[in-house]
Amino acid sequence: MRHIISILLENESGALSRVAGLFSARGYNIESLAVAPTDDPSLSRMTIVTSGTEEIIEQIVKQLNKLIDVVKLADMTEGAHIERELMLIKLRAEAEQREEIKRLVDIFRGRVVDVTTETYTVELTGDSDKLDAFINAIGKMQIIEVVRSGSIGIARNGNSLVL
Amino acid sequence: MELTGAEIFVEALKREKVEYVFGYPGGAVLHIYDALYKQEDVQHIMVRHEQAATHAADGYARASGKPGVVLVTSGPGATNAVTGIATAYMDSIPLVVITGQVPTNLIGVDAFQEVDAVGITRPCVKHNFLVKDVKDLALTMKKAFYVATTGRPGPVVVDIPKDVTANKAEFDYPETISMRSYSPVVPVDLSLVETAVDYLLQAKRPMIYAGGGVILDNAAEELIELTRLLGFPVTHTLMGLGGYPATDDKFIGMLGMHGTYEANLGMHNCDVLLAVGARFDDRVTGNVDKFCPTAKIVHIDVDPSSISKNVKVDVALIGHVSVFLRELIKGLKARKQKPDPEALAEWWKQINEWRSMDCLKYDRDSERIKPQYVLETLYRITQGEAFVTSDVGQHQMWAAQFYKFNKPRRWINSGGLGTMGFGLPAAMGVQLAYPNDTVVCVTGEGSIQMCIQELSTIKQYGLPIKVVNLNNGYLGMVRQWQEFFYQRRYAMSYMESLPDFVKLAESYGHAGILVTKPDEVEAALQEAMEINDRAVFLNFITDPEENVYPMIPAGGGQNEMILV
Repeated sequence: MRHIISILLENESGALSRVAGLFSARGYNIESLAVAPTDDPSLSRMTIVTSGTEEIIEQIVKQLNKLIDVVKLADMTEGAHIERELMLIKLRAEAEQREEIKRLVDIFRGRVVDVTTETYTVELTGDSDKLDAFINAIGKMQIIEVVRSGSIGIARNGNSLVL
Repeated sequence: MELTGAEIFVEALKREKVEYVFGYPGGAVLHIYDALYKQEDVQHIMVRHEQAATHAADGYARASGKPGVVLVTSGPGATNAVTGIATAYMDSIPLVVITGQVPTNLIGVDAFQEVDAVGITRPCVKHNFLVKDVKDLALTMKKAFYVATTGRPGPVVVDIPKDVTANKAEFDYPETISMRSYSPVVPVDLSLVETAVDYLLQAKRPMIYAGGGVILDNAAEELIELTRLLGFPVTHTLMGLGGYPATDDKFIGMLGMHGTYEANLGMHNCDVLLAVGARFDDRVTGNVDKFCPTAKIVHIDVDPSSISKNVKVDVALIGHVSVFLRELIKGLKARKQKPDPEALAEWWKQINEWRSMDCLKYDRDSERIKPQYVLETLYRITQGEAFVTSDVGQHQMWAAQFYKFNKPRRWINSGGLGTMGFGLPAAMGVQLAYPNDTVVCVTGEGSIQMCIQELSTIKQYGLPIKVVNLNNGYLGMVRQWQEFFYQRRYAMSYMESLPDFVKLAESYGHAGILVTKPDEVEAALQEAMEINDRAVFLNFITDPEENVYPMIPAGGGQNEMILV
């Protein structure tokens, strides 16, 4: 099953590679990884999307907790949460296709952020499924380039991953 | 007062009451060596290879319970130390390893003797640090000792660039420290103790399976008290030997791949298993699908990630072994109940039946020296009081089987990583920690050659180590597997090219004794025990095709042993 694990870690050089190294050394899967400092510059927040059996996820959480640089973590998937990913996608958009593409972008609530005579560059946010759905809807033939940020997540309600 | 980084480093060692630093000098650590030269509180032991420095510090730590300290230079100094760091990591041994680094302005430019020591050691340390500013050095040293010695212990590497050791800063060494991202003291959940006590009291075929956690947490007394209170059989992992006295009737031997018949069948047939500071390693469990098929498992471990990693457990008691053993004792005493005496008597009858198989028997009338006989004799002569280090292979298993360890921290071996070359340098560390005790390195002619250069270090520091070399002319464990599983195709042997170990030992200034006949074994060992002004190298020419029994073949269950 897919899990979104959010981690607060010391914003120190090497902290990222400790996490990444743990996943490769123990053969865990990383679907995506996003990391940036928080409002407290001494802390980074990392979001890892991974998948595995319950036993494997349990081990991942325990092994992450064991890393000295990890201050706190939470498995977002355990409760209600909001997931977002940002995608920038450059599409072939020639004269006769432009209207159709624009309509599709609107349906997905995306925005065209750059235009040339042959291309549209579209910005789209949503959970990963929504971005996948847009890619499927637009069709492989139209796509020139895709860049995705990896998912980030935050818990709903009063649950917060803070110090 | 402002001190240089090198001076800060040395002051930090003094504050940590470090007696010995095991190391090897080089360009990047010359300022540190200069600072060490100017003082007398911390003694530096110069090895002949950095791997040996880490093993010696490791042996010192295992025997004394104090952290081992290593100092090596950048580049090859650091890479040579990696094997020893990984060895300590696998067995949860507290080490603080300082690696020199090229000056900060040269990091990343492929400078002379530069390696990314922090990167290379990351997967085999509990934590590591690169100190970029001398102002951070004292605090980093404090953190290194704190992290290495608390919780589940382990090695910590501190990488110090040369300019940091020359720059100056105010020396301010904190007495205590706390880190927001590291809390070694887990809040103890006592509610589960009652559940565990229920299991123990209801057991009809119980087993206690105790590992290195008992040694690391100095919990032998608690283990003994609990075992006697319950009257349960107890088995040890390779790492746990000495936790429970081996000569006590409740002890049914080591378990696992080369464990005793009674211990492995006891595990396989038990209904309640109390796992104490053990991690269900594959050499213990055999095939996990066949492991303890009828048992409810209670597991005490300080590391939450050890719980249900390999084998799913029913009650997890996460915290220090000694704490939970005491809680269990308290809980049991409060209940005023005992486990069913009839069931227990029945169970012991069964175990003693397995025991009567005498699974460790060997040919006592052989004309060749049997390695088992050497170890039995060694045990007898030293009255079980020696510190025994070992290398890795058949001799290690025989030592574990035939030397009866009645006290913790007397059995020093590389269990997790299985590092050949560990035994001799580890013995140096042990002998330095206990200068007046007998320290024996049980080894084979394969392993000993992996760190044999340390005979020179041993000479330099006058360490009267007894090397018991069980020389069968083969990489014995490899040969045993080739005999069993590769139709005796003995790929890779070296019988024609072995050195004359007696001459070799003598050339280093030690005593060498060649022993070729069984009736010479005891006298030779006696003679060795009398020599205390240098090391003794006993070269026992043993039966070349002796095997270690019992043996659970790879993928086998605990009830699927090959017996002699």
